Amino acid sequence: MKNIPISALIGLFFTGLYFLAAIFAPLIAPYGVGEVVGDVWEPSSAEHLLGTDNIGRDLLTRMIYGGQTTIWIATAATALSFTTGSILGFVAAVLGGWVDQTLSRFVDLVMSLPTLIFALVVLSVMPVTVTVLILVMGFLDSTRVYRLARSVAVDITVMDYVEAARLRGEKTGWIVFREILPNALSPLVAEMGLRFIFMVLFVSTLSFLGLGVQPPEADWGGIVKENKDGIVYGIPAALIPAIAIATLAISVNLVADWILNRTTSLKGGRGG
Amino acid sequence: MHPILKLVAQRVALSLLLLLAASALIFAGTQILPGDVAQSILGQSATPEALANLRRDLGLNDPPATRYFNWLWGALQGDLGTALTNGRDIAESIGQRLSNTLFLAFWAAVVSVPLAIGLGLLAVRYRNRWPDKLISGVTLASISIPEFLIGYVLMFYISVKLQWFPSVSTVYPSMGFWEKLNVIALPVAVLTLVVLAHMMRMTRAAILNVMQSAYIETAELKGLTGLQIIWRHAFPNAVAPIVNVVMLNLAYLVVGVVVVEVVFVYPGMGQFLVDHVSKRDVPVVQACGLIFAAVYIGLNLIADLVSILSNPRLRHPK
Repeated sequence: MKNIPISALIGLFFTGLYFLAAIFAPLIAPYGVGEVVGDVWEPSSAEHLLGTDNIGRDLLTRMIYGGQTTIWIATAATALSFTTGSILGFVAAVLGGWVDQTLSRFVDLVMSLPTLIFALVVLSVMPVTVTVLILVMGFLDSTRVYRLARSVAVDITVMDYVEAARLRGEKTGWIVFREILPNALSPLVAEMGLRFIFMVLFVSTLSFLGLGVQPPEADWGGIVKENKDGIVYGIPAALIPAIAIATLAISVNLVADWILNRTTSLKGGRGG
Repeated sequence: MHPILKLVAQRVALSLLLLLAASALIFAGTQILPGDVAQSILGQSATPEALANLRRDLGLNDPPATRYFNWLWGALQGDLGTALTNGRDIAESIGQRLSNTLFLAFWAAVVSVPLAIGLGLLAVRYRNRWPDKLISGVTLASISIPEFLIGYVLMFYISVKLQWFPSVSTVYPSMGFWEKLNVIALPVAVLTLVVLAHMMRMTRAAILNVMQSAYIETAELKGLTGLQIIWRHAFPNAVAPIVNVVMLNLAYLVVGVVVVEVVFVYPGMGQFLVDHVSKRDVPVVQACGLIFAAVYIGLNLIADLVSILSNPRLRHPK
């Protein structure tokens, strides 16, 4: 553990900080989430460290609860996209034939549309709730995980030990979970960091556009939207949640980069 | 038939097929999912008779397949239907906005493409020294920064504090050309920053890949300088992958433009789409989705065609 590079330490520190703040939000938030405690857009002061927002709520409190929403949605969507994407990818690689063809062509089709546009089309008819958001984001992103998982698994399915498992009559489930999954895990874990960042940016963008988390609930993207009108009057409140999104994404990126380098060096690759 | 023509024809046919499938997906995405269009127009308090009337007027009682083909046939002839919210012809409302969006994307491309290629060449020239490291660091940061942060930071410092450019990019058809450019300066800057890093990095990778060839070593041995080698020998051979990356990033602009238009209140397609998604105006959303998909698939097609055409092994078959 003593060889952690400084960039990864910074990444770990901020990622940990944001996650802890999200988990213990009710304990550390100084005010209630919807509580109006001051004037509109008060500057930073001892009572309100980050000032107040567009209707006089404490911005720090909003940020802590907003972070909780953002991180929860992004985590759940990443988990969903990984489970569906990797299981379908492995199954396609193991079964091959028409299952592989159907799944792969469908994924090509979904990926031929820009993700944001497709999400907007679907959200125009669906009720916008947190569950729907997680499902839509997780499903759309699972196409990318599917491609990665399938290409990794295709290399593994030709290995002798998979052939041996097939010959001794193991079922598809066994081959997927006991033979392929353990061997495909490290590239998938490295990818998970990037997918999480993408999810954070995705949900923030949707909320910023007013099509994600609905008021009075707010995530960081929603807080940007609430305070964006202040910008033209020289009030930087909207920049704070936007900077939080960027720092969270960069920190996770630094950690993912480090894990990627570590796993490739473990396998004798060059990344060292 | 010349084999390259055959390849091109195949690729074009594939794209058309993809667009057809994408249109079906867009239609299915809005029709089969739960959610009653009539109900969402009239609201919860609507009487059953009013709902039934509206459903009949909108043709919602026909089977989905019939409605899909009616919609597609109309779209092919330029008839995108009428908006539910204001009853206007969609194609008419979209026309001006589409040209605004293309205007914005065009200038973003004009600025970002030469800049990205130039900086990419610079990174190769000073490989593993500070300009290269700086470029790598900026790339890492830029994929993690949401577009609206760049947008609001620029708006806050450049237009509100320094007052160099207007903070809201409203354009009218009657505005002069230079006036328009002045107004879109900030959105163009944001879009450029969004796509620049990726393009630059891929340019660098493409050229470095070529730099490992034997003819580059020959050029070095005959005494050419670093930039001469890159410009005369490496760059021409890296054109295909670079054009590919440029096209993919222009396709990415299509998506980036949605957020940037909302940030700067620019009257383009993206803003139009977002407005009508929140109003649940399904025909407009379908039409915008179809146009975005067509542009996206079209740019991907061009990227592929360029790499086919620039491959000498395909151009001069034995």
